[in-house]
Parts: sequence; C-alpha cells; structure tokens
Amino acid sequence: MTPRIVEVRKNILKHNDEVARALRTRFAESHVFVTSLVSSPGAGKTAFLEKTLTLLREAHYRTAAVVGDLATDNDAARLARSQALVRQITTGTLCHLEAAMVEKAVADWTLADLDFLFIENVGNLVCPSAYDLGENLRAVLLSVTEGEDKPLKYPTIFHSADVAIITKMDLAAAAEFDCAAARANIQAVCPEIPIIELSSKTGAGMNVWLDLLVSRIGPR
Amino acid sequence: MHELSIAMSILDGVEEEMQRHAGRCVEAVHVRIGPLSGVVKESLASAYELAREATPFAASYLVFEDAPVTVLCAYCQAERLVQSLDRFCCAECATPATNIVHGRELEITALELRE
Repeated sequence: MTPRIVEVRKNILKHNDEVARALRTRFAESHVFVTSLVSSPGAGKTAFLEKTLTLLREAHYRTAAVVGDLATDNDAARLARSQALVRQITTGTLCHLEAAMVEKAVADWTLADLDFLFIENVGNLVCPSAYDLGENLRAVLLSVTEGEDKPLKYPTIFHSADVAIITKMDLAAAAEFDCAAARANIQAVCPEIPIIELSSKTGAGMNVWLDLLVSRIGPR
Repeated sequence: MHELSIAMSILDGVEEEMQRHAGRCVEAVHVRIGPLSGVVKESLASAYELAREATPFAASYLVFEDAPVTVLCAYCQAERLVQSLDRFCCAECATPATNIVHGRELEITALELRE
C-alpha cells in the first residue's frame, strides 16, 4: 500500500505563538510597553538593562524586568540594584526563552502598575529568534568587541529585531571597531532597522534609546 | 541548539493531527523551514531522530520542502527573491528589501501515512 499524503499546514510553534498572543493582549490591556533584549553572551545586555532601568526610574517611570539565564541568579541580583521589580527565569539547559516562561514569571505581577517591562533573553544569537514572547519591541545588541561582521553571520536574529543597539562604544577605539562597517553590515542584512550606538558605562547615547522607549508610550 | 525543542513541537503537532487518522502510521512528516526561521535543517533532522524515539512515530522521518526567502520589492512592485541573507536586496533590481513575504516559515505541511 503506497503512503497517502495528507495536507496539514500547521505552524510548528503554534503553542508558543498562542501564549505570546495572549501575553501581548494582557500587556496592551495593562498599558505596559514590553521590550525584549537579545544578544550573544557578554554583549552587555545586563549592564545595558541596569542603566536603562535606573534612568527610567529617575524619570519616574515604573519598571520591571524578567531575566533569562541558563544558571545562576547573578543577573537578577545586579538588576535589583536599580530598585526595579526583577524576576529571574533559570532555563537550565534551554538556550532561549519561550512565551510560557514569561507568562509564568509575570503571573502574579500587577502589570497595570508598570510602564515598562523588559525581558532579557538568554545570551544566544540563534535560538531566540523564532520565539515570540509577546513583546512590543525587540532589541538586538552587538558590542564593539564582537567585531563588525556579526550581523552577516547571524542575519536571522537581526531580522527578528526592531532596533539594533551597538554597545560598549566607550571601548570602540581600543577594540579598533569600525562603526561605519558595522552599520553597513547591519543594513546589508536588515536595510531599514534603526541603529543606536551607546555606552551603558558612560551613558553616552542612552538618551537616544530612552527617547525611543518613551516615544512608544506617550507622555506621562 | 533549540532544534530539539522544535523537533518536539513537530511531534506534538503530528500527534494532534493523527487523532484524526486513527489506525494509520506516519511514514514521513513534510516540513517547510524558512531560512529566516533560525532553524538549521541538518540539526533539526538529527534532533528529530532523537525526539521521535519515545513516541508512536519512532519510524517516521522529516522531509524538507523548499522555502525560499521572498520580499515585496518596493521598486519592482512584485514579489521577488533576495540576493542572499547577507545582501538583503531584490535579486532583480538590487533595491534594499524590507517587506518580507516568505522565509520565516516553521510549518508542518503534510503527513505521509500508511495503513
């Protein structure tokens, strides 16, 4: 008997997409703007998030963060210094966050008490790209020490992002980082993505990033 | 690395679909994996071999269908292929491409069944 072919057309990540959609609805109803951060390990996500949370707090915005990591809660402890509400998701061996993990992490939070929620993904430039977390904005970080050609090697993650952020600009000269080449490479894989250069350490360029965030929720 | 998660999601999808085809066996699972999906086909194929073991579909295998990246070219006003993933522009006129039509797919498209 020859096999019979049955057409299916089923989205493989249907379950994740459904949870993400429900989250996005919940975020919208609570008027909280949700940003996720993706990058390779060591690109400076946590330092960037700590600075972002601190500056938003100084501007009287209410913030919280969910932090994914393979092991340890070091990142959550660092971020707690900003006095934002922080929750760690330890993923064990899983190399990316999925929507259900975010759903569980924020389950008992009153989201309506927040203006901004940040989701720091596990450091990985490949795996997180396919998983919708219900976020409104996805930022991909590239640090000057990683080299200018990262976007060419990992185009998919740049395609999944809404904004590209070049971090550790204070080290650009020491790393002999060619910023024009990096920008050209980002634009080669993703022609219209906005690019922001900044240093979480010195704060240079952070105002551009904060302006972008604040512009998305309107005046308070 | 996340191909094992994807393989397990495929098996969940197959299980769901097979509830409608009781008494039959799955010979093959056709999938469409777009180049922008972030999934490496070779890794997925081996992850699937691992994930299928403890399921009723241990004899099934994956068949990959072509999934080219296409964009809606602003200049051509038509759906076009892109030059490459790291030169993301219209293959016909080289206009930078921003409007992705296909390439992100992660789909089960068909099942091959036998009695």
